[in-house]
Amino acid sequence: MSVTVYVPGDSGARAVGADEVAVTLAAEAAARGIDVAIVRTGSRGLYWLEPLVEVETPEGRVAYGPVAAGDVAALLDAGMLEGAAHPLGHGRTDDVGWLASQQRVTFARVGVVDPRSPDDYEAHGGIAGLRAALGMSPAEVVEEVVASGLRGRGGAGFPTGVKWRTVAEAESSVKFVCCNADEGDSGTFADRMLMEGDPFTLVEGMAIAAYAVGASAGFVYIRSEYPDAVASMRRAITTARERGWLGTDILGSGLSFDLDVRVGAGAYICGEETAMLDSLEGKRGMVRPKPPLPAIAGLFGRPTVINNVLSLATVPTVLASGAAAYQELGVGRSRGTQVFQLAGNVARGGIVETAFGLTLRELVEGYAGGTRSGRPVGAVQVGGPLGAYLPVGRLDLRMDYEELAAAGAMLGHGGVVVFDDTADMMAQARFAMEFCAAESCGKCTPCRVGAVRGVEVIDRILVGPPEERAGQVALLEDLCELMTDGSLCAMGALTPNPVRSALSLWTAAQGAPS
Amino acid sequence: MSTEWSSEAGARVVADASGVLGPLLPVLIALQEEFGYVDPAAVPLVAKALNVSRADVHGVMTFYSDLRTTPPGARTVAVCRGEACQSVGGRALEAHALDRLGVGFGETTPDGSVTLDQVFCLGLCALSPAVVVDGRAFGRVDAARFDEVVGA
Repeated sequence: MSVTVYVPGDSGARAVGADEVAVTLAAEAAARGIDVAIVRTGSRGLYWLEPLVEVETPEGRVAYGPVAAGDVAALLDAGMLEGAAHPLGHGRTDDVGWLASQQRVTFARVGVVDPRSPDDYEAHGGIAGLRAALGMSPAEVVEEVVASGLRGRGGAGFPTGVKWRTVAEAESSVKFVCCNADEGDSGTFADRMLMEGDPFTLVEGMAIAAYAVGASAGFVYIRSEYPDAVASMRRAITTARERGWLGTDILGSGLSFDLDVRVGAGAYICGEETAMLDSLEGKRGMVRPKPPLPAIAGLFGRPTVINNVLSLATVPTVLASGAAAYQELGVGRSRGTQVFQLAGNVARGGIVETAFGLTLRELVEGYAGGTRSGRPVGAVQVGGPLGAYLPVGRLDLRMDYEELAAAGAMLGHGGVVVFDDTADMMAQARFAMEFCAAESCGKCTPCRVGAVRGVEVIDRILVGPPEERAGQVALLEDLCELMTDGSLCAMGALTPNPVRSALSLWTAAQGAPS
Repeated sequence: MSTEWSSEAGARVVADASGVLGPLLPVLIALQEEFGYVDPAAVPLVAKALNVSRADVHGVMTFYSDLRTTPPGARTVAVCRGEACQSVGGRALEAHALDRLGVGFGETTPDGSVTLDQVFCLGLCALSPAVVVDGRAFGRVDAARFDEVVGA
């Protein structure tokens, strides 16, 4: 009898040896004459346990991790294939508290299904959303997404359905659906995991968007740093065409829509939606002034839906289960679930998807288990390189769009990067300016020149004469204000967030007795 | 292993890659995939094939940090400089890489054996610090592990 063993093929798991584990497992099983079927899934998102190997048993999947190639023989000896206990064992995966307490909606299938198998996808509820959508009018689909309360997961939090409505109402013979998979924020990796672990969801979400707005072509713009995600999406698109989920007359509905993957070339700014459009057109990724909105004049001047991976990947669930089910989750105007990514100096890094409403403390002290270094938490950067560094005194902030915005922070793409108390906050402030200088598209002066001046001012604060420090700090504040008010896009406008917050943490530390 | 650059081979790559909407960036990426870099001699060739100016091609070439104008070393190493990596020793790892290889970011060792690049986030932020060696990613890398995977 064949035993099914799941070994993640996720690039994170591979970076800590999952391929070697899979190879060793196959060889050991063959040597022992055991029939083992190895399925390369995505990751469950428990990265401190990767490579996390799961064995299919009558009681469900049983997890072992972190498994090194050298552990495989001993695990087999101990009866891993029957789900036997072992020091690396965690029991049934579904019972692992870290996972069981989450509400996996967008990530329901990631780490569970075989990302190469369309049959597995359908068996786990895939394509139900597209079928439901095709049974409605396009306008009804738009209104369903509006009613769900789904907001853009890329960072800006704009209501997805409202964006779709604008594109649907725009008059044009050609419209596009573009997925922004240029996930460049440090501390975020949910888009990558989803594309590697459940790529058909994104294909399905884009097909639904195309039907709703009347688009015939779409692009997934993926950063070059994600080669596994590129390969996964290309494979999924080819398979989807064979299954009639893309191409002409999708599922016999008459809908025609096809998708292509475009790869970036190492420019952070191309995650800004209008820069992404220029890059998709083959040009330098320069930010465009708005208006016109991309929904009116986007790719090649045509009405274009641009959504983040997680927004589009959530759409099939919204259509399959109904807007009301999704809308019931969350708090205030933050509806549904958010995929948080715990990263940096954390004991337990990975993916936490739950309904909006939990606090930063629950994420950092609860799920993440504090720092990996074992030292006290010093600061937490929420929302990527353009997000503020929050001091430990702010850990009780509730993680939703409005509460974070009111606190001068932002949810962004849901990244949470933890630093311990040894972090040099002035170095972090300097890095934020350095990063902006390196990655600015150069179109507007506050960002292009301001970031360079910002690095210089910070250097003068650090090494200049002490009596000039107050003046330089005032200059930096002034520069931050100018960048915030005068920049064309979020890159220049939000860089002051990490700079100012890190500066105030540094100032507080300077004042404290050491 | 990359193909050796020639204008004939370059023209073939350009012809194969230019049949898409907005072809300029895809064509340059295809050239780099084939030859390991984009030879400056390809610039007029691409301009002519796509009916754009050489300045347009140059502009795109210089905008994207992935695109190289000189052949890379036999091995390429990229060290992540993102905040998540910084929080767990990334800065020390950067310094170690620079010191061990004796070159700056974007440079190749004099013997042509290794090109060192910086990268801003590899999406391995729960397994920081991260590096990529010849397209293969490694997580939880310290100085000793760096030497092991780079073979320096």
